[in-house]
Amino acid sequence: MSDDQSPLSRRNALKCLAYGGAGTLFALSGGVFTPIDLAMAAGDKQGAAKLGRPLFVQISDSHIGFNKEANPDVNGTLTQTIDIVNGMSDQPALIIHTGDITHLSKPAEFDLAQQLFTRLRTTEMHTVPGEHDTTDATVTEYFNRFGKASANKGYYSFDHAGVHFIGLINVLQFKPGGLGTLGEEQLAWVAADLKGRSASAPIVVFAHMPLWTIYEPWGWGTGDADQLMSQLRRFGSVTVLNGHIHQIVQKVEGNMTFHTARSTSYPQPAAGVGSGPGPLKVPADQLAAMLGITSVSVVKHPSALALNDTALA
Amino acid sequence: MNLRRTQWLPTAVGMLILGAMEVYIPSVGQTQTAAQIEVKDFTFMPTPLTVKAGSTVTWINKDDEPHSVVSDTGMFKSGGMDTNESFSYKFDKPGTYHFACSIHPRMVGTVVVQ
Repeated sequence: MSDDQSPLSRRNALKCLAYGGAGTLFALSGGVFTPIDLAMAAGDKQGAAKLGRPLFVQISDSHIGFNKEANPDVNGTLTQTIDIVNGMSDQPALIIHTGDITHLSKPAEFDLAQQLFTRLRTTEMHTVPGEHDTTDATVTEYFNRFGKASANKGYYSFDHAGVHFIGLINVLQFKPGGLGTLGEEQLAWVAADLKGRSASAPIVVFAHMPLWTIYEPWGWGTGDADQLMSQLRRFGSVTVLNGHIHQIVQKVEGNMTFHTARSTSYPQPAAGVGSGPGPLKVPADQLAAMLGITSVSVVKHPSALALNDTALA
Repeated sequence: MNLRRTQWLPTAVGMLILGAMEVYIPSVGQTQTAAQIEVKDFTFMPTPLTVKAGSTVTWINKDDEPHSVVSDTGMFKSGGMDTNESFSYKFDKPGTYHFACSIHPRMVGTVVVQ
C-alpha cells in the first residue's frame, strides 16, 4: 500500500477492470442473452462447440499513431490481435473494425494500419470510422481508403450467411456539448434499407460510438439513436456492436443485444472515473488482459448469434 | 496561471503591466493582442476568453489525448492536435465565437472579440 498515494480507489478500480477483461462468452438465443465465463467455456469444449462457427470477428479502436505511456506499442498489440484472429481454428468469414483505426487521421497512420491488416488471413474487412479517423481538415483520408463500400457516405449494408449487416457513421455531425449523431439522411436510408425485410432476418448493426447512452457527460452515446432503435424493434434478433469506450459494456433490451468491444490499443477509465475518457495507464503486465476482440458466431438456430470476447492475455 | 491572474488585476499595477505589453486597455482591462487557451483535463481554459479585434488566439493541447478546435460556424478548424501541438487563429472582427472539440464534443469554449 505504501507504494501508491491513493491505493484503494485506483487499485480496486483497476482490479475490477482487469477481472472484466478475463473474458466472457455470450450466447444469444431467441433474444435471451446468456453470459458464460470464458474459462468455464474453455473447459467445456462440447458446450462451446454448440455456439457454432465464427461468423465474424469485431476489432476496434486500434489508434495507430498513439505512442503515449498507456501503450507505447499499439502496432504490436494490433499485430497480437491479428495473430489471435489468424489462430482461430474456425476462420471467421469477415472482420469488422468499428473505428478509430488511427489516432490522428494522418496518411502515414492509415497506411501503416492497412499494412498491418494485410496479415489477416480473413480478407473481407468492413469498417466504419471513429472520430479519430475524421479529424483531418478535409475528412478525406479515411474515405480515400475505406470509403468505397459506402460510396463515401460512411453508411452501407450487406448480407452474409443469412445475416443482414448495417454499418453506420455517427462521428461526423457532432453537436457541441452533445453526443454522436446519425442525422436525418442516414436514418431515412436505414428506413429504406429495412423496408420489406422479414422480421426473422438476424440483423447486426455496427457503428463507432455507442448507439445507446452509456455516459452522456463523456459523449458516450448517440443523440438520435432512439429513432434507429424504433426501426429495429420489430426484428427478432438485433445485435448492436460499437467501440469508442475501449471496454466491454453490454445490455439486452427485448430482442436487441448491445455490446461495446475492447480496444486493441489502450484501455479507458470506467464511466465518470477521472477527468475524462483519455488513455488509462495500467501496469504493463495488466495491459493485454484489457485489450481484445469480440467474435460473433451463428448458432444452430438460424436467428441466434453468439458473442465471445477474447482478451489478448 | 500567475501571469493570467496578473493580467486580470483591475488595478493600476495591472494597467501598468498591460501597458508595457502595448495592449489596448478598455475600461475593464481584459483584452490582449495574443492569448493562449490551454486544453487540459478535457477542458478549455480560460473560457470565455476576451481579446481585442486583430488578436491571435493559440490553443495548446496539454492532454495525453488528442483534441481539436472547431468553430460552430465553420470559420476555423484545427484538425487533431496531439500532446503539446497547438493551433492559432487570428480574430479580425468583433463578435462572440463559440468552438468545440470535434473528438470530445462536450468540450466547448468561447472567444469574445471586442
